[in-house]
Amino acid sequence: MTELIQNLIDGLGRGSIYALLALGVAVIFGVMHLLNFAHGEMITVGGYTVYWMMQRDMSWWLAVPAIIIVSVLTSLAIERIAFSRVRGGSDFTLLLTSFGVHFVVFSIFLLYVSASVKTFDRPTWVANTYSVGSLNIEVFDTVVIVVTVLTLIATSLLLQRTMFGLALRAAAEDFEAARLMGVRSDSVIRGAFALSGLLAGIAGVFWLMRAGSTVPSAGIDPMLKGVLAALIGGLGSLRGAVIGGFALGLAEVLLRSRLPDSIANLTEGFVFLLIALLFIFRPQGLVTVAHAERV
Amino acid sequence: MLSVAGLTTRYGAISALRDADLHVGSGEVVGLIGPNGAGKTTLLNTVAGLLTPSAGSVSFDGEDVTGTSPERLLRSGLALVPEHRRIFVDLSVEENLRIGGVTVSPRVRGDLLDEMAERFPVLGEKWATAAGFLSGGEAQQLAIARALMSKPRLVMMDEPSLGLAPVLVDVVFELIESLRAQGRTMLIVEQNATRMLEVADRAYVLRSGEVVATGTGEELRAQDDLFETFVSGGGGGRSDDQGAEDDR
Repeated sequence: MTELIQNLIDGLGRGSIYALLALGVAVIFGVMHLLNFAHGEMITVGGYTVYWMMQRDMSWWLAVPAIIIVSVLTSLAIERIAFSRVRGGSDFTLLLTSFGVHFVVFSIFLLYVSASVKTFDRPTWVANTYSVGSLNIEVFDTVVIVVTVLTLIATSLLLQRTMFGLALRAAAEDFEAARLMGVRSDSVIRGAFALSGLLAGIAGVFWLMRAGSTVPSAGIDPMLKGVLAALIGGLGSLRGAVIGGFALGLAEVLLRSRLPDSIANLTEGFVFLLIALLFIFRPQGLVTVAHAERV
Repeated sequence: MLSVAGLTTRYGAISALRDADLHVGSGEVVGLIGPNGAGKTTLLNTVAGLLTPSAGSVSFDGEDVTGTSPERLLRSGLALVPEHRRIFVDLSVEENLRIGGVTVSPRVRGDLLDEMAERFPVLGEKWATAAGFLSGGEAQQLAIARALMSKPRLVMMDEPSLGLAPVLVDVVFELIESLRAQGRTMLIVEQNATRMLEVADRAYVLRSGEVVATGTGEELRAQDDLFETFVSGGGGGRSDDQGAEDDR
């Protein structure tokens, strides 16, 4: 029982990061029908930002806002430089463009920084734990879960209560009709990229705190988790993306702790097997999106 | 107010609209009638900026607005109630209206919301309901109310009575009548030619992408052969027309 609760907390901590990543993927997919395979690049750029700062003995207190700001700016720059030029193109064109962006960012760091792993010090409290009864809870997981919940509440308020949020939701449902109402496509798309970058930035802070290192290909793993979680939840659904993120995190942790030691390394493979089974029975993902089917 | 000259719009190799001329004066209600596939929707969508014409020009209030984006056209006072309504089904009735008023100041938006709730009691009752749960008639009223939220000077409507039960067709035409009484300028596409000619000052008849006739209801009705063409020519419009006939 204790172990199960322990696993659930670990899973929620891991799932929180995935949920933030998936939400960013879903926001962009909603307005542009772009499955953004460059979503991890914000974390790659964030990673090198931390590395650069730590080399100069700056503190994590400075690095945290820096990662988030750099992530938002990277997201906006990617939109401006790449995606704005293929706007209105087919879904496939957009998808290929996102792959292109990934390889360009990857190559820039490979050529101009280094191909080798760059490490930096993790904050000291990341490894700390505290006890509640017989449970040993990581301070890190607690912080991640609390910050994620607060971020999700804030995002929900933004989407429900502001004109920007309303415009974003309307555009996600029917972009052309939203434009007929006077919603400016530029502002709604840039807003979506800024929001997506902000969410990736927050996720990136935690991802990098735990990793303590970066490489030119550092964005692939978080991108895969975000895209997978968004697919599990049902592409186009923001709620689904969050649920998908938590589901993926929990599945990973529970599988890892339940699988016999000899095959524990194959956890990822088993997770993919589970996802394949999910899509056989629910091809639309966990949450059905009415308008995505209509489009 | 609105002048369309020599407008041609193509879908690939096919010209859906050829060399169309049209004029809507301030305070006028102008109908656009004709059978299915005549190019009526193409004309409205091109004027609204959803489609780019391959030739010709659109001017609004004397300014050339050919090829201008829909969001800019809306800001200059031209609103379109699109074909199939295209209300946002996941958003509530209130949110649909709010987004309709995205271009006006928050204070004006608030006043307009109150006005719409009063003017469209069926919407007022379902204020917080997701628009996807509205009936066809309610959805059409929402689509029109949503367009009015931007305080447009010219409202274009694409088949407002399409797919509605006869009794609801009456509601829509009563609404058009009341907007007309307020002095609203409107350009309305309708397959229900008989009803349209009753409320319109003038109408244009489109056939195979070309404007084939124009005039008042009287003048158009006088041309028997032509009237036959546009009243019974449309496949999809037939049931609507039939329904309207039954009403009388």
